[in-house]
Amino acid sequence: MLDLRLYMAQRLSALVMAPLVLGHIAVMIYAIQGGLSTAEILGRTQGSLLWFLFYGTFVLAVSVHAAIGLRVIAHEWLRLRGTALGLLTWGTCAALLALGFSAVFAVTLP
Amino acid sequence: MTRTPEMLHVTVQRGTAQDSRKERYDVPARENQTVLDVVSWIQQEADPTLSYRFACRVGMCGSCAMMVNGVPRWTCRTHVSRVAGDGRLDIAPLRNLPVIKDLATDMDPFFDKWVAAEAHHHPTRGRLEEFDPIKPDSPERAEANLGIECINCGICYAACDTVAGNPDYLGPAALQRAWTLLNDSRDADRPGILAAVSGRGGCHNCHSMGSCAQYCPNGLNPMRAIAGLKRETVKAALRGKRDA
Amino acid sequence: MKHPPRSHPLWLAFVLHRVSGLALALFLPAHFWLLSQAITAPARLDGFLAFADNPLVKIAEFGLVFLLAVHMFGGLRLMALEFLPWSDRQKTLAAGAVGAALFLSGTFFLRAI
Repeated sequence: MLDLRLYMAQRLSALVMAPLVLGHIAVMIYAIQGGLSTAEILGRTQGSLLWFLFYGTFVLAVSVHAAIGLRVIAHEWLRLRGTALGLLTWGTCAALLALGFSAVFAVTLP
Repeated sequence: MTRTPEMLHVTVQRGTAQDSRKERYDVPARENQTVLDVVSWIQQEADPTLSYRFACRVGMCGSCAMMVNGVPRWTCRTHVSRVAGDGRLDIAPLRNLPVIKDLATDMDPFFDKWVAAEAHHHPTRGRLEEFDPIKPDSPERAEANLGIECINCGICYAACDTVAGNPDYLGPAALQRAWTLLNDSRDADRPGILAAVSGRGGCHNCHSMGSCAQYCPNGLNPMRAIAGLKRETVKAALRGKRDA
Repeated sequence: MKHPPRSHPLWLAFVLHRVSGLALALFLPAHFWLLSQAITAPARLDGFLAFADNPLVKIAEFGLVFLLAVHMFGGLRLMALEFLPWSDRQKTLAAGAVGAALFLSGTFFLRAI
Protein backbone atom coordinates (compact mmCIF):
# COMPACT_ATOMS: atom_id res chain seq x y z
CA MET A 1 0.00 0.00 0.00
CA LEU A 2 1.46 3.22 -1.22
CA ASP A 3 0.55 6.84 -0.75
CA LEU A 4 1.94 9.66 -2.87
CA ARG A 5 5.11 10.12 -0.77
CA LEU A 6 6.11 6.45 -0.76
CA TYR A 7 5.31 6.28 -4.48
CA MET A 8 7.58 9.25 -5.20
CA ALA A 9 10.35 7.76 -3.07
CA GLN A 10 9.97 4.50 -4.99
CA ARG A 11 10.13 6.14 -8.43
CA LEU A 12 12.92 8.57 -7.47
CA SER A 13 15.11 5.78 -6.08
CA ALA A 14 14.41 3.79 -9.26
CA LEU A 15 15.48 6.70 -11.48
CA VAL A 16 18.69 7.12 -9.47
CA MET A 17 19.43 3.41 -9.74
CA ALA A 18 18.82 2.91 -13.48
CA PRO A 19 22.26 4.24 -14.60
CA LEU A 20 23.92 2.64 -11.55
CA VAL A 21 22.50 -0.78 -12.46
CA LEU A 22 23.76 -0.38 -16.02
CA GLY A 23 27.19 0.55 -14.66
CA HIS A 24 27.14 -2.38 -12.22
CA ILE A 25 26.25 -4.84 -14.98
CA ALA A 26 29.00 -3.36 -17.18
CA VAL A 27 31.54 -3.85 -14.36
CA MET A 28 30.34 -7.42 -13.84
CA ILE A 29 30.66 -8.25 -17.53
CA TYR A 30 34.14 -6.69 -17.57
CA ALA A 31 35.36 -8.26 -14.32
CA ILE A 32 33.91 -11.76 -14.52
CA GLN A 33 36.24 -13.00 -17.27
CA GLY A 34 38.92 -15.24 -15.82
CA GLY A 35 37.15 -15.46 -12.46
CA LEU A 36 37.12 -13.08 -9.50
CA SER A 37 39.36 -12.77 -6.46
CA THR A 38 39.27 -10.64 -3.33
CA ALA A 39 42.56 -9.03 -4.31
CA GLU A 40 41.20 -8.15 -7.76
CA ILE A 41 38.05 -6.57 -6.32
CA LEU A 42 39.96 -4.60 -3.69
CA GLY A 43 42.57 -3.54 -6.24
CA ARG A 44 39.82 -1.88 -8.24
CA THR A 45 37.84 -0.30 -5.44
CA GLN A 46 40.08 0.30 -2.40
CA GLY A 47 40.79 3.96 -1.73
CA SER A 48 38.61 5.10 -4.62
CA LEU A 49 36.27 7.98 -3.81
CA LEU A 50 34.50 7.44 -7.13
CA TRP A 51 33.59 3.81 -6.35
CA PHE A 52 32.61 4.84 -2.82
CA LEU A 53 30.19 7.44 -4.20
CA PHE A 54 28.93 5.04 -6.90
CA TYR A 55 28.15 2.17 -4.56
CA GLY A 56 27.23 4.44 -1.61
CA THR A 57 24.50 6.05 -3.73
CA PHE A 58 23.47 2.62 -4.96
CA VAL A 59 23.07 1.32 -1.39
CA LEU A 60 21.06 4.39 -0.32
CA ALA A 61 18.68 4.07 -3.27
CA VAL A 62 18.29 0.29 -3.12
CA SER A 63 17.53 0.35 0.62
CA VAL A 64 14.64 2.76 0.05
CA HIS A 65 13.47 0.96 -3.10
CA ALA A 66 13.58 -2.59 -1.71
CA ALA A 67 11.96 -1.58 1.59
CA ILE A 68 8.97 -0.02 -0.21
CA GLY A 69 8.75 -2.92 -2.65
CA LEU A 70 8.72 -5.52 0.14
CA ARG A 71 6.12 -3.40 1.97
CA VAL A 72 3.76 -3.61 -1.00
CA ILE A 73 4.30 -7.36 -1.44
CA ALA A 74 3.83 -8.03 2.29
CA HIS A 75 0.57 -6.08 2.25
CA GLU A 76 -0.85 -7.63 -0.91
CA TRP A 77 0.33 -11.21 -0.48
CA LEU A 78 0.62 -11.63 3.30
CA ARG A 79 -2.08 -9.16 4.35
CA LEU A 80 0.35 -7.39 6.70
CA ARG A 81 -0.93 -3.99 7.82
CA GLY A 82 -0.64 -1.23 10.43
CA THR A 83 2.34 -1.18 12.79
CA ALA A 84 3.71 -4.50 11.54
CA LEU A 85 3.81 -3.14 7.99
CA GLY A 86 5.59 0.03 9.13
CA LEU A 87 8.11 -1.99 11.14
CA LEU A 88 8.81 -4.22 8.14
CA THR A 89 9.34 -1.19 5.88
CA TRP A 90 11.66 0.72 8.19
CA GLY A 91 13.38 -2.43 9.48
CA THR A 92 14.19 -3.56 5.94
CA CYS A 93 15.45 -0.11 5.04
CA ALA A 94 17.67 0.11 8.15
CA ALA A 95 19.04 -3.43 7.78
CA LEU A 96 19.89 -2.94 4.09
CA LEU A 97 21.55 0.41 4.85
CA ALA A 98 23.68 -1.14 7.63
CA LEU A 99 24.68 -4.23 5.64
CA GLY A 100 25.15 -2.25 2.43
CA PHE A 101 27.40 0.38 3.95
CA SER A 102 29.48 -2.21 5.79
CA ALA A 103 30.09 -3.80 2.37
CA VAL A 104 30.84 -0.46 0.68
CA PHE A 105 33.23 0.53 3.48
CA ALA A 106 34.91 -2.88 3.39
CA VAL A 107 35.79 -2.64 -0.29
CA THR A 108 36.46 1.10 -0.69
CA LEU A 109 38.12 2.35 2.53
CA PRO A 110 41.87 2.75 1.98
CA MET B 1 -14.10 -24.33 -35.73
CA THR B 2 -15.24 -26.74 -33.06
CA ARG B 3 -18.57 -28.45 -33.59
CA THR B 4 -21.27 -27.21 -31.24
CA PRO B 5 -21.88 -29.87 -28.57
CA GLU B 6 -25.48 -30.87 -27.83
CA MET B 7 -25.27 -30.15 -24.15
CA LEU B 8 -23.25 -27.58 -22.24
CA HIS B 9 -21.75 -28.73 -18.95
CA VAL B 10 -22.18 -25.79 -16.64
CA THR B 11 -21.04 -25.33 -13.04
CA VAL B 12 -22.51 -22.43 -11.12
CA GLN B 13 -21.34 -21.11 -7.76
CA ARG B 14 -24.33 -21.12 -5.42
CA GLY B 15 -24.96 -19.87 -1.91
CA THR B 16 -23.48 -17.02 0.09
CA ALA B 17 -19.88 -16.07 0.82
CA GLN B 18 -19.97 -18.03 4.09
CA ASP B 19 -21.55 -21.10 2.55
CA SER B 20 -20.79 -21.51 -1.14
CA ARG B 21 -20.86 -24.62 -3.29
CA LYS B 22 -20.62 -25.51 -6.97
CA GLU B 23 -23.67 -26.98 -8.67
CA ARG B 24 -23.69 -28.74 -12.02
CA TYR B 25 -26.28 -28.29 -14.72
CA ASP B 26 -26.58 -29.70 -18.23
CA VAL B 27 -27.95 -26.98 -20.48
CA PRO B 28 -29.06 -27.53 -24.10
CA ALA B 29 -26.61 -25.92 -26.47
CA ARG B 30 -27.92 -23.53 -29.10
CA GLU B 31 -26.21 -22.24 -32.20
CA ASN B 32 -26.54 -18.68 -31.00
CA GLN B 33 -26.43 -18.39 -27.25
CA THR B 34 -24.97 -15.98 -24.72
CA VAL B 35 -23.73 -16.85 -21.25
CA LEU B 36 -26.67 -14.88 -19.87
CA ASP B 37 -29.01 -17.10 -21.92
CA VAL B 38 -27.44 -20.11 -20.20
CA VAL B 39 -27.90 -18.61 -16.73
CA SER B 40 -31.50 -17.65 -17.55
CA TRP B 41 -32.21 -21.16 -18.85
CA ILE B 42 -30.97 -22.65 -15.55
CA GLN B 43 -33.14 -20.27 -13.55
CA GLN B 44 -36.24 -20.83 -15.70
CA GLU B 45 -35.93 -24.57 -16.41
CA ALA B 46 -33.75 -26.14 -13.72
CA ASP B 47 -33.75 -24.16 -10.48
CA PRO B 48 -35.98 -21.11 -9.99
CA THR B 49 -34.12 -20.22 -6.77
CA LEU B 50 -30.98 -19.19 -8.69
CA SER B 51 -30.25 -15.51 -8.03
CA TYR B 52 -28.50 -13.35 -10.61
CA ARG B 53 -28.69 -9.84 -12.00
CA PHE B 54 -29.38 -8.46 -15.44
CA ALA B 55 -31.50 -5.73 -17.02
CA CYS B 56 -30.94 -4.49 -20.57
CA ARG B 57 -29.44 -7.59 -22.27
CA VAL B 58 -27.71 -5.38 -24.86
CA GLY B 59 -24.53 -4.26 -23.09
CA MET B 60 -25.78 -0.89 -21.90
CA CYS B 61 -26.65 -1.24 -18.23
CA GLY B 62 -23.61 -3.04 -16.82
CA SER B 63 -25.50 -5.24 -14.37
CA CYS B 64 -24.90 -8.77 -15.68
CA ALA B 65 -21.12 -9.10 -15.21
CA MET B 66 -19.95 -12.46 -13.82
CA MET B 67 -16.83 -14.60 -13.76
CA VAL B 68 -16.97 -16.92 -16.76
CA ASN B 69 -14.29 -19.64 -16.72
CA GLY B 70 -12.27 -17.46 -14.35
CA VAL B 71 -12.50 -14.30 -16.45
CA PRO B 72 -14.85 -11.36 -15.73
CA ARG B 73 -17.25 -10.78 -18.62
CA TRP B 74 -20.51 -9.04 -19.48
CA THR B 75 -22.60 -12.16 -19.87
CA CYS B 76 -25.29 -10.63 -22.11
CA ARG B 77 -22.77 -9.90 -24.87
CA THR B 78 -20.56 -12.95 -24.37
CA HIS B 79 -21.35 -15.75 -26.78
CA VAL B 80 -20.86 -19.23 -25.38
CA SER B 81 -19.10 -20.29 -28.59
CA ARG B 82 -16.38 -17.70 -27.93
CA VAL B 83 -15.56 -18.76 -24.37
CA ALA B 84 -16.46 -22.45 -24.14
CA GLY B 85 -15.27 -24.29 -27.23
CA ASP B 86 -15.26 -27.55 -25.25
CA GLY B 87 -18.81 -27.03 -24.00
CA ARG B 88 -17.76 -26.39 -20.39
CA LEU B 89 -18.72 -23.24 -18.52
CA ASP B 90 -17.79 -22.27 -14.98
CA ILE B 91 -19.91 -19.36 -13.81
CA ALA B 92 -19.25 -17.51 -10.54
CA PRO B 93 -20.12 -14.15 -9.00
CA LEU B 94 -17.90 -11.17 -9.81
CA ARG B 95 -14.52 -11.38 -8.06
CA ASN B 96 -13.36 -8.93 -5.35
CA LEU B 97 -16.91 -8.17 -4.17
CA PRO B 98 -18.97 -9.68 -1.34
CA VAL B 99 -21.50 -12.27 -2.49
CA ILE B 100 -25.13 -11.67 -1.51
CA LYS B 101 -26.43 -14.92 -2.96
CA ASP B 102 -25.44 -17.14 -5.89
CA LEU B 103 -24.35 -14.87 -8.76
CA ALA B 104 -25.49 -11.58 -7.21
CA THR B 105 -22.72 -9.54 -5.58
CA ASP B 106 -22.99 -6.57 -3.27
CA MET B 107 -21.80 -3.64 -5.42
CA ASP B 108 -21.73 -1.20 -2.49
CA PRO B 109 -17.94 -1.29 -1.92
CA PHE B 110 -17.46 -0.65 -5.64
CA PHE B 111 -19.67 2.44 -5.67
CA ASP B 112 -18.52 3.67 -2.24
CA LYS B 113 -15.06 3.92 -3.77
CA TRP B 114 -16.35 6.12 -6.60
CA VAL B 115 -17.48 8.55 -3.93
CA ALA B 116 -14.22 8.15 -1.98
CA ALA B 117 -12.26 9.00 -5.16
CA GLU B 118 -14.34 12.21 -5.52
CA ALA B 119 -15.44 10.65 -8.81
CA HIS B 120 -18.60 12.72 -8.96
CA HIS B 121 -19.26 16.08 -10.58
CA HIS B 122 -18.42 19.24 -8.62
CA PRO B 123 -20.35 22.01 -10.40
CA THR B 124 -18.76 25.34 -11.34
CA ARG B 125 -21.98 27.14 -12.17
CA GLY B 126 -25.62 27.24 -11.17
CA ARG B 127 -28.61 26.52 -13.39
CA LEU B 128 -29.28 30.19 -14.09
CA GLU B 129 -25.83 30.78 -15.52
CA GLU B 130 -24.60 30.27 -19.08
CA PHE B 131 -23.13 26.92 -20.12
CA ASP B 132 -19.38 26.56 -20.05
CA PRO B 133 -18.46 25.85 -23.68
CA ILE B 134 -16.33 22.73 -24.22
CA LYS B 135 -14.17 22.47 -27.33
CA PRO B 136 -14.52 18.86 -28.46
CA ASP B 137 -11.02 18.79 -29.96
CA SER B 138 -9.14 20.24 -26.98
CA PRO B 139 -6.53 17.79 -25.60
CA GLU B 140 -8.24 17.63 -22.18
CA ARG B 141 -11.60 16.81 -23.74
CA ALA B 142 -10.00 14.17 -25.99
CA GLU B 143 -8.42 12.56 -22.92
CA ALA B 144 -11.71 12.65 -20.96
CA ASN B 145 -13.59 11.18 -23.95
CA LEU B 146 -11.45 8.05 -23.74
CA GLY B 147 -12.98 7.17 -20.37
CA ILE B 148 -16.57 8.37 -20.35
CA GLU B 149 -18.18 5.31 -21.90
CA CYS B 150 -17.82 3.37 -18.64
CA ILE B 151 -21.04 1.49 -17.78
CA ASN B 152 -20.06 0.70 -14.14
CA CYS B 153 -20.19 -3.04 -14.72
CA GLY B 154 -17.34 -3.77 -12.27
CA ILE B 155 -15.42 -6.03 -14.66
CA CYS B 156 -12.17 -4.05 -14.30
CA TYR B 157 -12.57 -4.13 -10.52
CA ALA B 158 -13.00 -7.90 -10.61
CA ALA B 159 -10.06 -8.35 -12.99
CA CYS B 160 -7.62 -6.29 -10.90
CA ASP B 161 -5.17 -8.28 -8.76
CA THR B 162 -4.24 -5.12 -6.88
CA VAL B 163 -7.84 -4.82 -5.66
CA ALA B 164 -7.68 -8.51 -4.67
CA GLY B 165 -4.53 -7.96 -2.60
CA ASN B 166 -5.33 -4.53 -1.21
CA PRO B 167 -9.00 -4.10 -0.25
CA ASP B 168 -8.52 -0.35 0.35
CA TYR B 169 -7.47 0.26 -3.26
CA LEU B 170 -10.05 2.43 -5.02
CA GLY B 171 -9.82 0.37 -8.20
CA PRO B 172 -9.73 1.11 -11.93
CA ALA B 173 -13.31 2.29 -12.52
CA ALA B 174 -13.45 4.93 -9.77
CA LEU B 175 -9.98 6.22 -10.62
CA GLN B 176 -10.80 6.41 -14.32
CA ARG B 177 -13.90 8.48 -13.53
CA ALA B 178 -11.76 10.77 -11.34
CA TRP B 179 -9.42 11.18 -14.32
CA THR B 180 -12.22 12.13 -16.72
CA LEU B 181 -13.45 14.73 -14.21
CA LEU B 182 -9.92 16.07 -13.75
CA ASN B 183 -9.88 16.71 -17.51
CA ASP B 184 -13.32 18.37 -17.48
CA SER B 185 -13.17 22.16 -17.30
CA ARG B 186 -16.68 22.15 -15.79
CA ASP B 187 -15.43 20.39 -12.66
CA ALA B 188 -14.65 22.76 -9.82
CA ASP B 189 -12.67 20.61 -7.40
CA ARG B 190 -9.38 19.67 -9.02
CA PRO B 191 -7.42 19.83 -5.72
CA GLY B 192 -10.10 17.74 -4.02
CA ILE B 193 -9.86 15.02 -6.68
CA LEU B 194 -6.05 15.00 -6.57
CA ALA B 195 -6.14 14.67 -2.78
CA ALA B 196 -8.77 11.93 -2.89
CA VAL B 197 -6.73 9.77 -5.29
CA SER B 198 -3.48 10.29 -3.35
CA GLY B 199 -4.40 8.54 -0.10
CA ARG B 200 -3.51 5.06 1.10
CA GLY B 201 -5.89 3.37 -1.32
CA GLY B 202 -5.18 5.80 -4.11
CA CYS B 203 -3.90 5.63 -7.68
CA HIS B 204 -0.28 5.07 -6.58
CA ASN B 205 -1.09 1.47 -5.63
CA CYS B 206 -1.65 0.56 -9.30
CA HIS B 207 1.00 -1.80 -10.74
CA SER B 208 -0.01 -1.24 -14.37
CA MET B 209 -0.71 -4.93 -14.92
CA GLY B 210 -3.42 -3.80 -17.32
CA SER B 211 -6.09 -6.40 -16.54
CA CYS B 212 -8.61 -3.55 -16.41
CA ALA B 213 -7.85 -2.60 -20.00
CA GLN B 214 -7.54 -6.24 -21.07
CA TYR B 215 -11.07 -7.17 -19.95
CA CYS B 216 -13.04 -3.90 -20.21
CA PRO B 217 -15.98 -4.85 -22.45
CA ASN B 218 -16.13 -1.30 -23.83
CA GLY B 219 -12.44 -1.27 -24.72
CA LEU B 220 -11.58 1.48 -22.26
CA ASN B 221 -8.12 1.78 -20.69
CA PRO B 222 -8.28 2.63 -16.98
CA MET B 223 -4.54 1.84 -16.68
CA ARG B 224 -3.85 4.83 -18.94
CA ALA B 225 -6.18 7.03 -16.88
CA ILE B 226 -4.49 5.97 -13.63
CA ALA B 227 -1.06 6.71 -15.13
CA GLY B 228 -2.41 10.20 -15.87
CA LEU B 229 -3.51 10.58 -12.24
CA LYS B 230 -0.07 9.50 -11.01
CA ARG B 231 1.55 12.08 -13.30
CA GLU B 232 -0.78 14.91 -12.25
CA THR B 233 -0.51 14.16 -8.51
CA VAL B 234 3.29 14.14 -8.72
CA LYS B 235 3.26 17.39 -10.71
CA ALA B 236 0.96 19.00 -8.17
CA ALA B 237 3.14 17.82 -5.28
CA LEU B 238 6.32 19.16 -6.88
CA ARG B 239 4.59 22.45 -7.65
CA GLY B 240 3.35 22.63 -4.05
CA LYS B 241 6.89 22.11 -2.77
CA ARG B 242 8.21 24.89 -5.03
CA ASP B 243 5.51 27.31 -3.91
CA ALA B 244 6.02 26.61 -0.22
CA MET C 1 -0.07 -25.86 -21.28
CA LYS C 2 -3.26 -24.47 -19.85
CA HIS C 3 -3.00 -20.77 -19.08
CA PRO C 4 -4.21 -19.63 -15.69
CA PRO C 5 -7.36 -17.53 -16.08
CA ARG C 6 -6.76 -13.80 -16.51
CA SER C 7 -3.18 -14.22 -17.71
CA HIS C 8 -2.13 -11.87 -20.51
CA PRO C 9 1.21 -10.37 -21.60
CA LEU C 10 1.19 -7.27 -19.36
CA TRP C 11 0.02 -9.34 -16.39
CA LEU C 12 2.97 -11.67 -16.97
CA ALA C 13 5.24 -8.61 -17.13
CA PHE C 14 3.83 -7.56 -13.74
CA VAL C 15 4.49 -11.01 -12.25
CA LEU C 16 8.03 -11.03 -13.66
CA HIS C 17 8.68 -7.56 -12.21
CA ARG C 18 7.37 -8.55 -8.80
CA VAL C 19 9.14 -11.91 -8.60
CA SER C 20 12.45 -10.45 -9.84
CA GLY C 21 12.21 -7.60 -7.33
CA LEU C 22 11.43 -9.99 -4.49
CA ALA C 23 14.30 -12.32 -5.43
CA LEU C 24 16.76 -9.42 -5.67
CA ALA C 25 15.67 -8.03 -2.30
CA LEU C 26 16.18 -11.43 -0.68
CA PHE C 27 19.57 -11.86 -2.38
CA LEU C 28 20.91 -8.44 -1.34
CA PRO C 29 21.66 -9.17 2.36
CA ALA C 30 23.79 -12.20 1.41
CA HIS C 31 25.58 -10.17 -1.29
CA PHE C 32 26.33 -7.32 1.14
CA TRP C 33 27.41 -9.61 3.95
CA LEU C 34 29.85 -11.54 1.77
CA LEU C 35 31.46 -8.36 0.41
CA SER C 36 31.79 -6.92 3.91
CA GLN C 37 34.15 -9.84 4.67
CA ALA C 38 36.70 -8.55 2.11
CA ILE C 39 38.96 -6.96 4.75
CA THR C 40 38.15 -8.89 7.92
CA ALA C 41 37.99 -12.37 6.39
CA PRO C 42 39.36 -12.31 2.82
CA ALA C 43 39.78 -16.08 2.92
CA ARG C 44 36.01 -16.49 3.28
CA LEU C 45 35.31 -14.23 0.30
CA ASP C 46 37.99 -15.98 -1.76
CA GLY C 47 36.59 -19.32 -0.75
CA PHE C 48 33.21 -18.27 -2.06
CA LEU C 49 34.65 -16.80 -5.25
CA ALA C 50 36.43 -20.13 -5.92
CA PHE C 51 33.14 -21.94 -5.32
CA ALA C 52 31.58 -19.54 -7.84
CA ASP C 53 33.74 -21.07 -10.59
CA ASN C 54 31.40 -24.07 -10.45
CA PRO C 55 29.34 -24.11 -13.68
CA LEU C 56 26.07 -24.43 -11.75
CA VAL C 57 26.91 -21.25 -9.81
CA LYS C 58 27.67 -19.53 -13.12
CA ILE C 59 24.16 -20.38 -14.26
CA ALA C 60 22.75 -19.01 -11.00
CA GLU C 61 24.78 -15.83 -11.51
CA PHE C 62 23.41 -15.55 -15.04
CA GLY C 63 19.95 -15.82 -13.49
CA LEU C 64 20.70 -13.04 -11.02
CA VAL C 65 22.04 -10.72 -13.72
CA PHE C 66 18.94 -11.46 -15.80
CA LEU C 67 16.64 -10.66 -12.85
CA LEU C 68 18.51 -7.42 -12.18
CA ALA C 69 18.42 -6.36 -15.83
CA VAL C 70 14.79 -7.34 -16.40
CA HIS C 71 13.71 -5.53 -13.23
CA MET C 72 15.51 -2.40 -14.40
CA PHE C 73 14.24 -2.44 -18.00
CA GLY C 74 10.74 -3.42 -16.86
CA GLY C 75 10.82 -0.61 -14.30
CA LEU C 76 11.94 1.88 -16.95
CA ARG C 77 8.96 0.81 -19.07
CA LEU C 78 6.61 1.43 -16.14
CA MET C 79 8.07 4.87 -15.46
CA ALA C 80 7.82 5.74 -19.16
CA LEU C 81 4.18 4.56 -19.07
CA GLU C 82 3.52 6.83 -16.09
CA PHE C 83 5.48 9.94 -16.99
CA LEU C 84 5.77 10.09 -20.78
CA PRO C 85 2.89 10.59 -23.24
CA TRP C 86 0.82 7.42 -23.55
CA SER C 87 1.98 4.71 -25.95
CA ASP C 88 -0.23 1.84 -27.08
CA ARG C 89 2.81 -0.37 -27.65
CA GLN C 90 3.14 -1.60 -24.04
CA LYS C 91 3.23 -5.30 -24.97
CA THR C 92 6.04 -4.68 -27.47
CA LEU C 93 7.93 -2.58 -24.92
CA ALA C 94 7.53 -5.27 -22.25
CA ALA C 95 8.84 -7.90 -24.65
CA GLY C 96 11.69 -5.55 -25.54
CA ALA C 97 12.61 -5.24 -21.85
CA VAL C 98 12.88 -9.03 -21.58
CA GLY C 99 14.93 -9.15 -24.79
CA ALA C 100 17.36 -6.47 -23.62
CA ALA C 101 17.74 -8.22 -20.25
CA LEU C 102 18.45 -11.53 -21.98
CA PHE C 103 21.06 -9.82 -24.16
CA LEU C 104 22.91 -8.28 -21.19
CA SER C 105 22.76 -11.38 -19.01
CA GLY C 106 23.69 -13.56 -21.99
CA THR C 107 26.75 -11.39 -22.63
CA PHE C 108 27.67 -11.78 -18.97
CA PHE C 109 27.25 -15.56 -19.16
CA LEU C 110 29.39 -15.91 -22.27
CA ARG C 111 32.19 -13.89 -20.63
CA ALA C 112 31.83 -15.88 -17.39
CA ILE C 113 32.24 -19.38 -18.84
